[in-house]
Amino acid sequence: MGWLPVAASTYAADIDKIFYVILVVTGIAFVGVEVTLVYFLFKYRGREGRKAEYIEGSTRAEIVWTVVPALFIVGLGIASHSVWPKVKDPDRFPTNALELAAEAAQFEWNFTYPGVDGRLGTGDDFTVRNQLHVPVNEPVVVHLTSLDVIHSFFVPAFRVKQDAVPGFDRNRLWFEATRTGEFEIACAELCGLGHYRMRGRVFVHTQEDYERWKAEQS
Amino acid sequence: MATVGATADPAAHAHHEEMGFIRKYVFSTDHKVIGIQFLFTCLFFLAVGGLLAMLVRWQLGYPGQPIPGGSGLPDTMAPGGIMLPEFYNALVTMHATFMIFFAVMPLLVGVYANFLIPLKLGAPDMAFPTLNMASFWVFVVSGIVMLASLFVEGGAASAGWTAYAPLSAVPEYTGVSLGMQLWIVSIILFGASSLLGSVNYITTVVNMRAPGMTLFRMPLSIWALFITAILALLAVPILAGAVIMLLFDQTIGTTFFLPADGGRPLLWQHLFWFFGHPEVYILILPAMGIVSDIIANGSRKPIFGYHSMVFAIIAIAFLGWVVWGHHMFQSGMNPLLGTSFMLATMMIAVPSAIKVFNWLGTLWRGNIQFHTPMLNAVAFVALFTIGGLSGIFMASNAVDIFIHDTYFIVAHIHYVLFGGSLFAIFAAIYFWFPKMFGRMMNETWGKIHFAFTFVFYNLVFFPMHILGVGGHMRRVYDPNQYEFLAGFQGMNTFISISAFILFAAQVPFLINFFWSLFKGKKAEQNPWKDNGLEWTVASPAPHGNFDVAPTVYRGPYEFGSPEVEEDFLPQNVPLNGQERVTERSEPGGALK
Repeated sequence: MGWLPVAASTYAADIDKIFYVILVVTGIAFVGVEVTLVYFLFKYRGREGRKAEYIEGSTRAEIVWTVVPALFIVGLGIASHSVWPKVKDPDRFPTNALELAAEAAQFEWNFTYPGVDGRLGTGDDFTVRNQLHVPVNEPVVVHLTSLDVIHSFFVPAFRVKQDAVPGFDRNRLWFEATRTGEFEIACAELCGLGHYRMRGRVFVHTQEDYERWKAEQS
Repeated sequence: MATVGATADPAAHAHHEEMGFIRKYVFSTDHKVIGIQFLFTCLFFLAVGGLLAMLVRWQLGYPGQPIPGGSGLPDTMAPGGIMLPEFYNALVTMHATFMIFFAVMPLLVGVYANFLIPLKLGAPDMAFPTLNMASFWVFVVSGIVMLASLFVEGGAASAGWTAYAPLSAVPEYTGVSLGMQLWIVSIILFGASSLLGSVNYITTVVNMRAPGMTLFRMPLSIWALFITAILALLAVPILAGAVIMLLFDQTIGTTFFLPADGGRPLLWQHLFWFFGHPEVYILILPAMGIVSDIIANGSRKPIFGYHSMVFAIIAIAFLGWVVWGHHMFQSGMNPLLGTSFMLATMMIAVPSAIKVFNWLGTLWRGNIQFHTPMLNAVAFVALFTIGGLSGIFMASNAVDIFIHDTYFIVAHIHYVLFGGSLFAIFAAIYFWFPKMFGRMMNETWGKIHFAFTFVFYNLVFFPMHILGVGGHMRRVYDPNQYEFLAGFQGMNTFISISAFILFAAQVPFLINFFWSLFKGKKAEQNPWKDNGLEWTVASPAPHGNFDVAPTVYRGPYEFGSPEVEEDFLPQNVPLNGQERVTERSEPGGALK
């Protein structure tokens, strides 16, 4: 199925897999309910002079259709939890990652890179507007803040989304791109009249190209 | 009337012959008149909300093209008929605001809690008729303020119906100042109206049930409206508090939700969704109750699993308080909390599934009558199922990372609130029209309206799931800014055309509604052969409702009972061995 956008990060396939698992489970429930509904409507359509069967319920049926959905739900919950902390828990972020800072503002993304000393917050940092350059196959951690209102950093191809909240500097996200190329960054949270054009671009380079680009900047 | 009027307290039972036009139809304290007033007012707001949606769909279907007939719009909205992005944001915000607060919620609660609770419980009126009247008129003022905000300088509120701070709190961020303040004032008034109503509904259900009307003989519609009133009583003050804080941030320099001086933007989201999630159940539970009543009637069979239906309503209402965090999965919350909120959210699928299975169980071996109310009620089951299942995708915190704030949520909420609630509202309008107005709505036109609405509803909202899965963000003025969304323009145009037809398909409904008011077939007392107490009085239901307080002998779903020849058995009809009690209503209208 080609509905989902191209997948270009390490955990994109994990998220897609859970999506498809839920699609199958809910798909079966959907078809089951709708087919039963239509069948009953046809089979038990009203006829003159006939009376419905007087049935008030069934305890056994109630137990079955309480327990069975509950089991499926717990299963889907466990499956989701197998992926969620991997993406979102800062304690489990890769430790050897390239660390960047991103500041969202109406209506742009500003990405700050560590300079030659490899550390953020020093004098040789440099900032790039609306362009995020990263090396392929290397984990990247982005410290995300906002200057004004809430924005949301969204790279559909990486399946990553994280709000940037003003005054809240603990928000971080990470990803590891698995293929080189250009991907779009969108703002996913309504942030004002320019929300629709708050677009950025991720450039995923080979290691050498990344080093070359970085050398050009500083 | 004569029997009651002789003994009753004149304040509670003012004789209608003695009332002038103003007291009878304008400042009325009769719960039925108030319900009908809510109905007309809310249908107007439903049309306003729909019209705003059409403008949104025009921009998405034909981005940057002049709106047909839009050259009359001021340059601050659409210069030369071409919509501005700030106007688009205002349209999105106001569409949701009108639909949620001024159409769906009051159509379910304002109209049907008012109209049905006393009639179905065998009470002469609400516990507090004057508060009830105040509830309606405060609502009208609130609606006028909200309407006025569309036309003020700077435009209407445009921070989304969720009004996330700081966007909503600082006028510079949106360019909207007065519009946002009027939005807040209107919501505060709306909250006051809702509280006055809730206090009334709860008191009436607790205190004014007819003899024999035990809690477990109440129709599911009344159960749902009762639980909903409790939710509203507890949730709405939180919203009121939050919007007052927002107003202070905007006008007098406080920083509750601003990062300066220690404020927290996320505090707004916690407060808003702590109200907002119970709110979405306020918007669906009464619909579930109404649909349960109509499906049992249309199947000519008792509702399947009455008690588990009641417990499912209570379970949904309870779980609704512990799931607000699922709206904030991407806000930066502690990831462990993300998992707890996910599990609580997913648990709601269980009582929802119980309800769907019980509706199917009710149809099973029934003798199904396809009248217009039943068609709409069955459509509710079919469409709510989709809305419930799509909720599981977003409840999964892992999948939500991708689909959060995309068209997937737009599809989901419309499957629940339009496919669910609005179809239930149509079912209710057709079903109780004869009891409100003494005439039937036209069945043929009702079915035409239903068929077009059902088909085009699905053509509008089903493709939105696919947009969402493609990553299409919600609330974007021009998706063509993005290369990865360029391929969706065709689908967006298709959705827009379907939406215009869906909107046009409501014309037969309106014509049918207003034509039937004056020219519809005269209604019998009990045209649907139902068991509820409202069908034991004349159509339209008279002032004061019951000449003699009815005695209730059984639950409301005795269809197809083997004890009687007919396929229904009203709640107030005694069978052999059941003594008919001819108790009169006590002074003051308090019935125990």
